[in-house]
Amino acid sequence: MAEKKYSKKHEWVELNGDIATVGITKHATEQLGDIVFTEVPEKGKSFDAGGEAAVVESVKAASDVYSPIAGEVTESNEAIVSDPSLVNQDPEGNGWFFKVKVSDANQVDELMSKADYDKFVTENA
Amino acid sequence: MNQNAEKISDLKTALYNFHLNKGGKMVPFAGYQMPVQYPDGIMKEHLHVRSLVGIFDVSHMGQFSIYGNENDYLPLEKIVPIDLKSLKLNQSKYTVLMNKDGGIDDDLIVTKVEGGLNIVLNAACKHHDVERIHEVIDSSKTKLHDDLSLIAIQGPKAVEILNQLIPGVSELVFMNGSKFKFNGQDVFITRSGYTGEDGFEVSINNSLVEQFCKILLDNNNVKLIGLGARDSLRLEAGLCLYGHDLNTKTTPVEAALTWALSKKNKEEGNFLGAKIVNEQIKNGASKKRVGIKPDKTIAREGSKIFKGDKEIGIVTSGGFGPSVNGPVAMGYVLKEFSKDGEELELEVRGKRHSAKVFKMPFYKKSYVK
Repeated sequence: MAEKKYSKKHEWVELNGDIATVGITKHATEQLGDIVFTEVPEKGKSFDAGGEAAVVESVKAASDVYSPIAGEVTESNEAIVSDPSLVNQDPEGNGWFFKVKVSDANQVDELMSKADYDKFVTENA
Repeated sequence: MNQNAEKISDLKTALYNFHLNKGGKMVPFAGYQMPVQYPDGIMKEHLHVRSLVGIFDVSHMGQFSIYGNENDYLPLEKIVPIDLKSLKLNQSKYTVLMNKDGGIDDDLIVTKVEGGLNIVLNAACKHHDVERIHEVIDSSKTKLHDDLSLIAIQGPKAVEILNQLIPGVSELVFMNGSKFKFNGQDVFITRSGYTGEDGFEVSINNSLVEQFCKILLDNNNVKLIGLGARDSLRLEAGLCLYGHDLNTKTTPVEAALTWALSKKNKEEGNFLGAKIVNEQIKNGASKKRVGIKPDKTIAREGSKIFKGDKEIGIVTSGGFGPSVNGPVAMGYVLKEFSKDGEELELEVRGKRHSAKVFKMPFYKKSYVK
Protein backbone atom coordinates (compact mmCIF):
# COMPACT_ATOMS: atom_id res chain seq x y z
CA MET A 1 0.00 0.00 0.00
CA ALA A 2 1.25 3.43 -0.90
CA GLU A 3 1.51 6.23 1.61
CA LYS A 4 -1.59 8.43 1.85
CA LYS A 5 -1.34 12.06 0.83
CA TYR A 6 -3.63 14.81 2.01
CA SER A 7 -5.24 17.95 0.58
CA LYS A 8 -6.06 21.26 2.25
CA LYS A 9 -9.71 20.54 1.54
CA HIS A 10 -9.46 17.45 3.75
CA GLU A 11 -9.37 14.69 1.18
CA TRP A 12 -6.86 11.85 1.15
CA VAL A 13 -5.37 10.12 -1.87
CA GLU A 14 -3.66 6.76 -2.05
CA LEU A 15 -1.90 6.02 -5.30
CA ASN A 16 -1.34 2.42 -6.44
CA GLY A 17 0.14 2.28 -9.94
CA ASP A 18 -1.89 4.80 -11.89
CA ILE A 19 -5.06 4.32 -9.84
CA ALA A 20 -5.70 6.70 -6.97
CA THR A 21 -8.27 6.04 -4.25
CA VAL A 22 -9.85 9.19 -2.81
CA GLY A 23 -11.74 9.74 0.42
CA ILE A 24 -12.23 12.33 3.14
CA THR A 25 -10.06 12.55 6.23
CA LYS A 26 -10.95 11.51 9.75
CA HIS A 27 -10.69 15.16 10.73
CA ALA A 28 -13.25 16.05 8.04
CA THR A 29 -15.70 13.45 9.34
CA GLU A 30 -15.29 14.76 12.87
CA GLN A 31 -16.12 18.25 11.66
CA LEU A 32 -19.12 17.04 9.65
CA GLY A 33 -20.62 14.86 12.35
CA ASP A 34 -23.02 12.07 11.48
CA ILE A 35 -22.98 11.48 7.75
CA VAL A 36 -26.41 10.61 6.40
CA PHE A 37 -26.04 10.87 2.63
CA THR A 38 -23.31 10.52 0.04
CA GLU A 39 -23.27 10.97 -3.70
CA VAL A 40 -20.39 9.42 -5.65
CA PRO A 41 -19.35 10.09 -9.26
CA GLU A 42 -20.28 7.79 -12.13
CA LYS A 43 -17.67 5.58 -13.70
CA GLY A 44 -16.08 7.30 -16.69
CA LYS A 45 -16.55 10.80 -15.37
CA SER A 46 -13.37 12.86 -15.43
CA PHE A 47 -12.34 15.97 -13.57
CA ASP A 48 -9.44 18.37 -13.13
CA ALA A 49 -7.43 18.55 -9.93
CA GLY A 50 -9.63 20.31 -7.37
CA GLY A 51 -12.80 19.57 -9.29
CA GLU A 52 -16.09 18.79 -7.52
CA ALA A 53 -16.37 15.03 -7.50
CA ALA A 54 -18.76 13.85 -4.79
CA VAL A 55 -21.11 15.08 -2.10
CA VAL A 56 -21.28 14.29 1.58
CA GLU A 57 -24.14 15.39 3.81
CA SER A 58 -24.46 15.44 7.55
CA VAL A 59 -27.73 16.08 9.38
CA LYS A 60 -26.92 19.76 9.28
CA ALA A 61 -25.32 20.52 5.92
CA ALA A 62 -24.12 19.36 2.52
CA SER A 63 -20.44 19.58 1.52
CA ASP A 64 -18.64 18.96 -1.75
CA VAL A 65 -15.84 16.45 -1.98
CA TYR A 66 -13.15 17.54 -4.43
CA SER A 67 -10.76 15.34 -6.29
CA PRO A 68 -7.25 16.44 -5.34
CA ILE A 69 -5.94 15.01 -8.60
CA ALA A 70 -7.09 14.98 -12.22
CA GLY A 71 -8.28 11.76 -13.76
CA GLU A 72 -11.13 9.53 -14.85
CA VAL A 73 -13.32 7.61 -12.43
CA THR A 74 -12.81 3.86 -12.63
CA GLU A 75 -14.92 2.87 -9.62
CA SER A 76 -17.11 4.43 -6.93
CA ASN A 77 -17.82 3.08 -3.48
CA GLU A 78 -21.49 2.07 -3.55
CA ALA A 79 -21.18 0.81 0.03
CA ILE A 80 -21.08 4.39 1.35
CA VAL A 81 -24.16 5.24 -0.71
CA SER A 82 -26.21 2.47 0.87
CA ASP A 83 -24.65 3.01 4.32
CA PRO A 84 -23.29 6.57 4.65
CA SER A 85 -22.31 5.97 8.29
CA LEU A 86 -19.46 3.83 6.95
CA VAL A 87 -17.65 7.10 6.21
CA ASN A 88 -17.76 8.03 9.91
CA GLN A 89 -16.74 4.54 11.00
CA ASP A 90 -13.75 4.10 8.71
CA PRO A 91 -13.07 7.33 6.77
CA GLU A 92 -9.57 6.42 5.64
CA GLY A 93 -10.36 2.78 4.87
CA ASN A 94 -13.71 1.22 3.91
CA GLY A 95 -15.26 4.68 3.75
CA TRP A 96 -13.36 5.64 0.55
CA PHE A 97 -15.34 7.56 -2.09
CA PHE A 98 -13.99 6.79 -5.57
CA LYS A 99 -11.00 5.64 -7.60
CA VAL A 100 -9.53 7.53 -10.53
CA LYS A 101 -7.07 6.63 -13.25
CA VAL A 102 -4.73 9.57 -12.79
CA SER A 103 -3.65 11.67 -15.76
CA ASP A 104 -0.59 13.09 -14.00
CA ALA A 105 0.81 11.11 -11.09
CA ASN A 106 3.10 14.02 -10.20
CA GLN A 107 0.08 15.89 -8.83
CA VAL A 108 0.14 13.52 -5.88
CA ASP A 109 3.55 14.83 -4.87
CA GLU A 110 2.10 18.30 -4.45
CA LEU A 111 -0.17 17.05 -1.67
CA MET A 112 0.75 16.96 2.01
CA SER A 113 2.21 14.11 3.99
CA LYS A 114 0.29 12.85 7.05
CA ALA A 115 2.58 14.85 9.35
CA ASP A 116 2.16 18.05 7.31
CA TYR A 117 -1.59 17.57 7.15
CA ASP A 118 -1.86 17.08 10.92
CA LYS A 119 0.15 20.26 11.39
CA PHE A 120 -2.08 22.08 8.87
CA VAL A 121 -5.20 20.98 10.80
CA THR A 122 -3.76 22.06 14.13
CA GLU A 123 -2.71 25.45 12.78
CA ASN A 124 -6.09 26.05 11.19
CA ALA A 125 -8.20 24.83 14.08
CA MET B 1 -36.51 39.77 11.14
CA ASN B 2 -33.72 41.92 12.52
CA GLN B 3 -30.93 41.24 10.05
CA ASN B 4 -28.43 43.22 12.11
CA ALA B 5 -28.79 40.84 14.98
CA GLU B 6 -27.34 38.06 12.81
CA LYS B 7 -24.11 40.00 12.42
CA ILE B 8 -23.39 40.89 16.01
CA SER B 9 -22.71 37.48 17.43
CA ASP B 10 -21.09 38.29 20.70
CA LEU B 11 -24.04 37.90 23.04
CA LYS B 12 -23.86 35.03 25.48
CA THR B 13 -26.46 33.29 27.58
CA ALA B 14 -25.82 32.68 31.28
CA LEU B 15 -24.84 29.11 30.37
CA TYR B 16 -22.11 30.04 27.86
CA ASN B 17 -19.20 28.71 29.94
CA PHE B 18 -21.24 25.70 30.98
CA HIS B 19 -21.75 24.82 27.31
CA LEU B 20 -18.02 25.16 26.64
CA ASN B 21 -17.22 22.91 29.60
CA LYS B 22 -19.65 20.32 28.24
CA GLY B 23 -17.92 20.34 24.87
CA GLY B 24 -20.55 22.45 23.13
CA LYS B 25 -19.61 23.54 19.63
CA MET B 26 -20.50 27.21 19.68
CA VAL B 27 -21.79 28.95 16.58
CA PRO B 28 -23.27 32.40 15.93
CA PHE B 29 -27.05 32.29 16.02
CA ALA B 30 -29.35 35.31 16.10
CA GLY B 31 -26.65 37.47 17.63
CA TYR B 32 -25.68 34.90 20.26
CA GLN B 33 -22.96 32.31 20.60
CA MET B 34 -25.02 29.14 20.95
CA PRO B 35 -24.19 25.42 21.10
CA VAL B 36 -25.11 23.76 17.79
CA GLN B 37 -24.13 20.37 19.20
CA TYR B 38 -22.19 18.60 21.97
CA PRO B 39 -19.68 15.77 21.51
CA ASP B 40 -22.40 13.14 20.90
CA GLY B 41 -23.46 14.92 17.70
CA ILE B 42 -26.81 15.90 16.24
CA MET B 43 -27.99 12.41 15.36
CA LYS B 44 -27.54 10.92 18.83
CA GLU B 45 -28.86 14.05 20.49
CA HIS B 46 -31.97 14.00 18.33
CA LEU B 47 -32.70 10.33 19.01
CA HIS B 48 -32.04 10.83 22.70
CA VAL B 49 -34.80 13.44 22.90
CA ARG B 50 -37.20 11.08 21.11
CA SER B 51 -36.45 8.22 23.49
CA LEU B 52 -35.55 9.79 26.85
CA VAL B 53 -35.09 13.46 27.68
CA GLY B 54 -32.96 16.36 26.50
CA ILE B 55 -32.43 19.83 27.84
CA PHE B 56 -31.91 22.84 25.62
CA ASP B 57 -30.67 26.31 26.47
CA VAL B 58 -33.07 28.60 24.62
CA SER B 59 -32.25 31.66 26.69
CA HIS B 60 -31.49 33.63 23.56
CA MET B 61 -35.23 33.81 23.00
CA GLY B 62 -37.00 36.90 24.23
CA GLN B 63 -38.99 36.62 27.45
CA PHE B 64 -41.33 39.56 27.54
CA SER B 65 -44.03 40.61 29.99
CA ILE B 66 -46.98 42.93 29.76
CA TYR B 67 -48.14 43.93 33.24
CA GLY B 68 -51.63 44.97 34.13
CA ASN B 69 -55.23 44.02 33.57
CA GLU B 70 -57.30 43.45 30.44
CA ASN B 71 -57.47 47.15 29.68
CA ASP B 72 -53.70 47.29 29.60
CA TYR B 73 -53.06 44.29 27.38
CA LEU B 74 -56.15 43.98 25.16
CA PRO B 75 -54.70 46.46 22.60
CA LEU B 76 -52.16 43.73 21.78
CA GLU B 77 -54.93 42.08 19.75
CA LYS B 78 -54.47 44.82 17.13
CA ILE B 79 -51.21 43.19 16.10
CA VAL B 80 -51.44 39.69 17.64
CA PRO B 81 -54.75 38.09 16.59
CA ILE B 82 -55.48 36.13 19.72
CA ASP B 83 -58.63 36.32 21.82
CA LEU B 84 -57.08 37.41 25.09
CA LYS B 85 -60.38 37.56 26.99
CA SER B 86 -61.10 33.90 26.25
CA LEU B 87 -57.55 32.82 27.00
CA LYS B 88 -57.68 31.21 30.43
CA LEU B 89 -55.40 32.05 33.30
CA ASN B 90 -52.15 30.02 32.91
CA GLN B 91 -53.08 28.99 29.38
CA SER B 92 -50.52 29.37 26.58
CA LYS B 93 -51.26 29.81 22.90
CA TYR B 94 -49.09 29.82 19.79
CA THR B 95 -49.82 32.82 17.60
CA VAL B 96 -48.22 35.40 15.33
CA LEU B 97 -47.25 39.07 15.27
CA MET B 98 -48.86 40.58 12.17
CA ASN B 99 -47.71 43.40 9.93
CA LYS B 100 -49.82 45.73 7.81
CA ASP B 101 -49.31 43.68 4.65
CA GLY B 102 -50.81 40.59 6.25
CA GLY B 103 -47.33 39.13 6.71
CA ILE B 104 -45.85 37.59 9.84
CA ASP B 105 -43.26 39.60 11.79
CA ASP B 106 -42.73 36.77 14.27
CA ASP B 107 -44.33 33.66 15.69
CA LEU B 108 -44.67 33.59 19.45
CA ILE B 109 -46.24 31.99 22.50
CA VAL B 110 -48.53 34.04 24.72
CA THR B 111 -49.39 32.87 28.24
CA LYS B 112 -51.95 34.56 30.46
CA VAL B 113 -50.57 34.89 33.97
CA GLU B 114 -51.63 36.60 37.16
CA GLY B 115 -50.93 40.27 36.60
CA GLY B 116 -50.64 40.19 32.82
CA LEU B 117 -49.17 38.27 29.93
CA ASN B 118 -45.91 36.44 29.31
CA ILE B 119 -44.71 36.28 25.72
CA VAL B 120 -41.84 34.24 24.29
CA LEU B 121 -40.30 35.79 21.18
CA ASN B 122 -37.75 34.56 18.66
CA ALA B 123 -34.22 35.70 19.42
CA ALA B 124 -33.54 37.38 16.09
CA CYS B 125 -36.86 39.22 16.19
CA LYS B 126 -37.18 40.18 19.83
CA HIS B 127 -36.05 43.81 19.73
CA HIS B 128 -38.13 44.51 16.66
CA ASP B 129 -41.11 42.75 18.27
CA VAL B 130 -40.80 44.87 21.40
CA GLU B 131 -40.83 48.04 19.28
CA ARG B 132 -43.91 46.78 17.48
CA ILE B 133 -45.65 45.92 20.75
CA HIS B 134 -44.85 49.36 22.12
CA GLU B 135 -46.90 50.83 19.27
CA VAL B 136 -50.00 49.47 20.99
CA ILE B 137 -48.97 48.91 24.62
CA ASP B 138 -47.58 51.54 26.99
CA SER B 139 -43.87 50.70 27.29
CA SER B 140 -43.90 51.46 31.03
CA LYS B 141 -46.12 48.39 31.43
CA THR B 142 -43.73 46.01 29.72
CA LYS B 143 -40.39 44.38 30.29
CA LEU B 144 -37.98 42.30 28.20
CA HIS B 145 -36.32 40.10 30.79
CA ASP B 146 -32.58 39.77 30.35
CA ASP B 147 -32.27 38.43 33.91
CA LEU B 148 -34.12 35.23 32.98
CA SER B 149 -32.92 32.09 31.23
CA LEU B 150 -35.19 29.69 29.38
CA ILE B 151 -34.57 25.95 29.48
CA ALA B 152 -36.56 23.50 27.40
CA ILE B 153 -36.83 19.96 28.79
CA GLN B 154 -38.15 17.65 26.11
CA GLY B 155 -38.79 13.98 25.62
CA PRO B 156 -41.00 11.13 26.84
CA LYS B 157 -39.23 11.03 30.22
CA ALA B 158 -39.34 14.82 30.74
CA VAL B 159 -42.35 14.74 33.02
CA GLU B 160 -40.98 12.00 35.27
CA ILE B 161 -37.59 13.63 35.64
CA LEU B 162 -38.69 17.23 36.10
CA ASN B 163 -41.41 16.18 38.54
CA GLN B 164 -38.78 14.62 40.81
CA LEU B 165 -37.04 17.98 41.02
CA ILE B 166 -40.11 20.20 40.99
CA PRO B 167 -43.11 18.24 42.29
CA GLY B 168 -46.39 19.23 40.70
CA VAL B 169 -45.26 19.90 37.15
CA SER B 170 -46.82 16.59 36.12
CA GLU B 171 -50.22 18.16 36.83
CA LEU B 172 -49.76 20.73 34.06
CA VAL B 173 -51.60 19.96 30.85
CA PHE B 174 -50.16 20.77 27.45
CA MET B 175 -49.99 24.51 26.70
CA ASN B 176 -50.53 25.49 30.32
CA GLY B 177 -48.14 27.04 32.77
CA SER B 178 -47.76 27.83 36.43
CA LYS B 179 -45.41 29.24 38.99
CA PHE B 180 -43.26 26.76 40.92
CA LYS B 181 -40.34 26.95 43.33
CA PHE B 182 -36.76 25.89 42.73
CA ASN B 183 -34.26 26.53 45.54
CA GLY B 184 -36.80 28.77 47.20
CA GLN B 185 -37.09 31.02 44.17
CA ASP B 186 -39.92 31.43 41.68
CA VAL B 187 -39.68 29.68 38.36
CA PHE B 188 -42.40 29.78 35.72
CA ILE B 189 -42.95 26.50 33.91
CA THR B 190 -45.13 25.78 30.92
CA ARG B 191 -45.86 22.37 29.49
CA SER B 192 -44.81 23.09 25.95
CA GLY B 193 -41.94 22.79 23.55
CA TYR B 194 -40.93 22.74 19.95
CA THR B 195 -39.71 19.22 19.32
CA GLY B 196 -42.88 17.18 18.84
CA GLU B 197 -42.30 15.62 22.26
CA ASP B 198 -43.92 16.11 25.60
CA GLY B 199 -41.97 18.54 27.71
CA PHE B 200 -41.58 21.81 29.52
CA GLU B 201 -40.09 25.24 29.19
CA VAL B 202 -38.67 26.60 32.41
CA SER B 203 -38.17 30.31 32.89
CA ILE B 204 -35.58 30.65 35.63
CA ASN B 205 -33.31 33.35 36.99
CA ASN B 206 -29.85 33.50 35.40
CA SER B 207 -28.26 32.99 38.81
CA LEU B 208 -29.95 29.61 39.26
CA VAL B 209 -29.90 28.19 35.77
CA GLU B 210 -26.54 26.40 35.89
CA GLN B 211 -27.36 24.68 39.15
CA PHE B 212 -30.76 23.68 37.76
CA CYS B 213 -29.21 22.12 34.65
CA LYS B 214 -26.49 20.35 36.65
CA ILE B 215 -29.06 18.68 38.89
CA LEU B 216 -31.06 17.53 35.88
CA LEU B 217 -27.91 16.22 34.19
CA ASP B 218 -27.07 14.13 37.26
CA ASN B 219 -29.68 11.75 35.89
CA ASN B 220 -28.08 9.62 33.17
CA ASN B 221 -31.25 9.76 31.11
CA VAL B 222 -30.77 13.50 30.62
CA LYS B 223 -28.48 14.95 27.96
CA LEU B 224 -27.72 18.47 26.81
CA ILE B 225 -29.01 19.03 23.29
CA GLY B 226 -27.81 21.65 20.82
CA LEU B 227 -29.60 23.80 18.29
CA GLY B 228 -28.78 21.37 15.47
CA ALA B 229 -30.99 18.66 16.94
CA ARG B 230 -33.56 21.26 17.94
CA ASP B 231 -33.83 22.10 14.24
CA SER B 232 -34.17 18.49 13.06
CA LEU B 233 -36.67 17.74 15.86
CA ARG B 234 -38.92 20.69 15.04
CA LEU B 235 -38.74 19.94 11.32
CA GLU B 236 -39.85 16.34 11.88
CA ALA B 237 -42.68 17.73 14.02
CA GLY B 238 -43.73 20.01 11.14
CA LEU B 239 -43.12 23.17 13.15
CA CYS B 240 -42.06 26.44 11.51
CA LEU B 241 -38.74 28.18 11.98
CA TYR B 242 -39.10 31.93 11.70
CA GLY B 243 -36.85 33.54 9.10
CA HIS B 244 -36.97 30.31 7.09
CA ASP B 245 -40.51 28.93 6.90
CA LEU B 246 -42.10 32.21 7.90
CA ASN B 247 -41.13 35.79 7.14
CA THR B 248 -42.57 39.29 6.86
CA LYS B 249 -43.97 38.47 3.42
CA THR B 250 -45.73 35.19 4.21
CA THR B 251 -49.30 35.41 5.46
CA PRO B 252 -50.83 33.06 8.05
CA VAL B 253 -53.02 31.58 5.29
CA GLU B 254 -50.04 30.82 3.04
CA ALA B 255 -48.18 29.44 6.06
CA ALA B 256 -51.12 27.15 6.94
CA LEU B 257 -51.28 28.83 10.34
CA THR B 258 -54.81 30.25 10.30
CA TRP B 259 -55.48 28.03 13.33
CA ALA B 260 -53.03 30.21 15.27
CA LEU B 261 -55.38 33.19 14.85
CA SER B 262 -58.42 33.21 17.14
CA LYS B 263 -61.83 32.77 15.54
CA LYS B 264 -63.15 35.95 17.15
CA ASN B 265 -60.32 38.07 15.77
CA LYS B 266 -60.73 36.66 12.28
CA GLU B 267 -64.51 37.30 12.40
CA GLU B 268 -64.12 40.83 13.68
CA GLY B 269 -61.23 41.53 11.31
CA ASN B 270 -59.82 44.06 13.74
CA PHE B 271 -56.11 43.26 13.56
CA LEU B 272 -53.37 44.57 11.31
CA GLY B 273 -53.45 42.86 7.92
CA ALA B 274 -56.87 41.32 8.64
CA LYS B 275 -58.30 42.41 5.31
CA ILE B 276 -55.65 40.49 3.40
CA VAL B 277 -55.86 37.48 5.70
CA ASN B 278 -59.65 37.28 5.55
CA GLU B 279 -59.65 37.69 1.79
CA GLN B 280 -57.22 34.77 1.55
CA ILE B 281 -59.25 32.67 3.98
CA LYS B 282 -62.29 33.23 1.73
CA ASN B 283 -60.67 32.85 -1.69
CA GLY B 284 -57.49 30.95 -0.88
CA ALA B 285 -53.91 32.08 -1.19
CA SER B 286 -51.90 31.36 -4.32
CA LYS B 287 -49.27 29.37 -2.42
CA LYS B 288 -49.26 27.15 0.63
CA ARG B 289 -46.73 25.76 3.09
CA VAL B 290 -46.60 21.97 2.90
CA GLY B 291 -44.52 19.10 4.15
CA ILE B 292 -42.35 17.50 1.48
CA LYS B 293 -40.89 14.04 1.64
CA PRO B 294 -38.06 13.56 -0.83
CA ASP B 295 -37.73 9.96 -2.03
CA LYS B 296 -34.01 9.82 -1.44
CA THR B 297 -32.09 13.07 -1.76
CA ILE B 298 -31.80 15.65 0.98
CA ALA B 299 -33.12 19.00 -0.26
CA ARG B 300 -31.98 21.98 1.77
CA GLU B 301 -33.48 25.42 2.17
CA GLY B 302 -33.59 27.21 -1.18
CA SER B 303 -34.03 24.11 -3.35
CA LYS B 304 -36.44 24.83 -6.20
CA ILE B 305 -39.60 22.74 -6.55
CA PHE B 306 -40.87 21.66 -9.97
CA LYS B 307 -43.91 19.97 -11.48
CA GLY B 308 -42.86 18.93 -14.95
CA ASP B 309 -41.15 21.96 -16.45
CA LYS B 310 -42.96 24.41 -14.24
CA GLU B 311 -41.24 25.87 -11.22
CA ILE B 312 -43.92 25.77 -8.54
CA GLY B 313 -42.20 26.58 -5.27
CA ILE B 314 -39.21 26.53 -2.97
CA VAL B 315 -37.98 24.53 0.01
CA THR B 316 -37.77 26.65 3.17
CA SER B 317 -36.42 24.00 5.57
CA GLY B 318 -34.92 20.69 4.68
CA GLY B 319 -32.55 18.10 6.04
CA PHE B 320 -32.25 14.60 7.31
CA GLY B 321 -34.80 13.45 9.85
CA PRO B 322 -33.03 11.06 12.24
CA SER B 323 -36.28 9.54 13.58
CA VAL B 324 -37.81 9.32 10.12
CA ASN B 325 -34.43 7.94 9.00
CA GLY B 326 -34.66 9.83 5.74
CA PRO B 327 -34.86 13.27 4.22
CA VAL B 328 -37.65 15.63 5.26
CA ALA B 329 -38.49 19.15 4.14
CA MET B 330 -41.09 21.84 4.14
CA GLY B 331 -41.67 24.57 1.66
CA TYR B 332 -44.14 26.62 -0.30
CA VAL B 333 -45.85 25.37 -3.45
CA LEU B 334 -48.57 26.81 -5.67
CA LYS B 335 -51.94 25.93 -4.14
CA GLU B 336 -52.97 23.63 -6.99
CA PHE B 337 -49.99 21.37 -6.19
CA SER B 338 -50.40 21.33 -2.40
CA LYS B 339 -52.53 18.18 -2.01
CA ASP B 340 -51.15 15.34 0.10
CA GLY B 341 -49.39 12.83 -2.09
CA GLU B 342 -48.84 15.27 -4.97
CA GLU B 343 -45.71 14.19 -6.83
CA LEU B 344 -43.07 16.88 -7.19
CA GLU B 345 -39.45 17.23 -8.19
CA LEU B 346 -36.78 19.03 -6.20
CA GLU B 347 -33.72 20.55 -7.79
CA VAL B 348 -30.58 19.63 -5.88
CA ARG B 349 -27.12 20.39 -7.32
CA GLY B 350 -28.60 20.93 -10.76
CA LYS B 351 -30.50 17.63 -10.91
CA ARG B 352 -34.16 16.80 -10.35
CA HIS B 353 -35.12 14.38 -7.60
CA SER B 354 -38.59 13.00 -6.93
CA ALA B 355 -40.56 13.91 -3.82
CA LYS B 356 -44.13 13.99 -2.55
CA VAL B 357 -46.25 16.44 -0.63
CA PHE B 358 -46.56 14.90 2.81
CA LYS B 359 -49.10 15.63 5.52
CA MET B 360 -47.06 16.77 8.52
CA PRO B 361 -45.87 15.91 11.08
CA PHE B 362 -43.24 13.57 9.69
CA TYR B 363 -42.91 12.18 13.18
CA LYS B 364 -45.98 11.65 15.34
CA LYS B 365 -46.24 13.89 18.37
CA SER B 366 -46.76 12.62 21.86
CA TYR B 367 -48.01 15.75 23.60
CA VAL B 368 -50.00 15.30 26.79
CA LYS B 369 -53.39 16.94 26.38
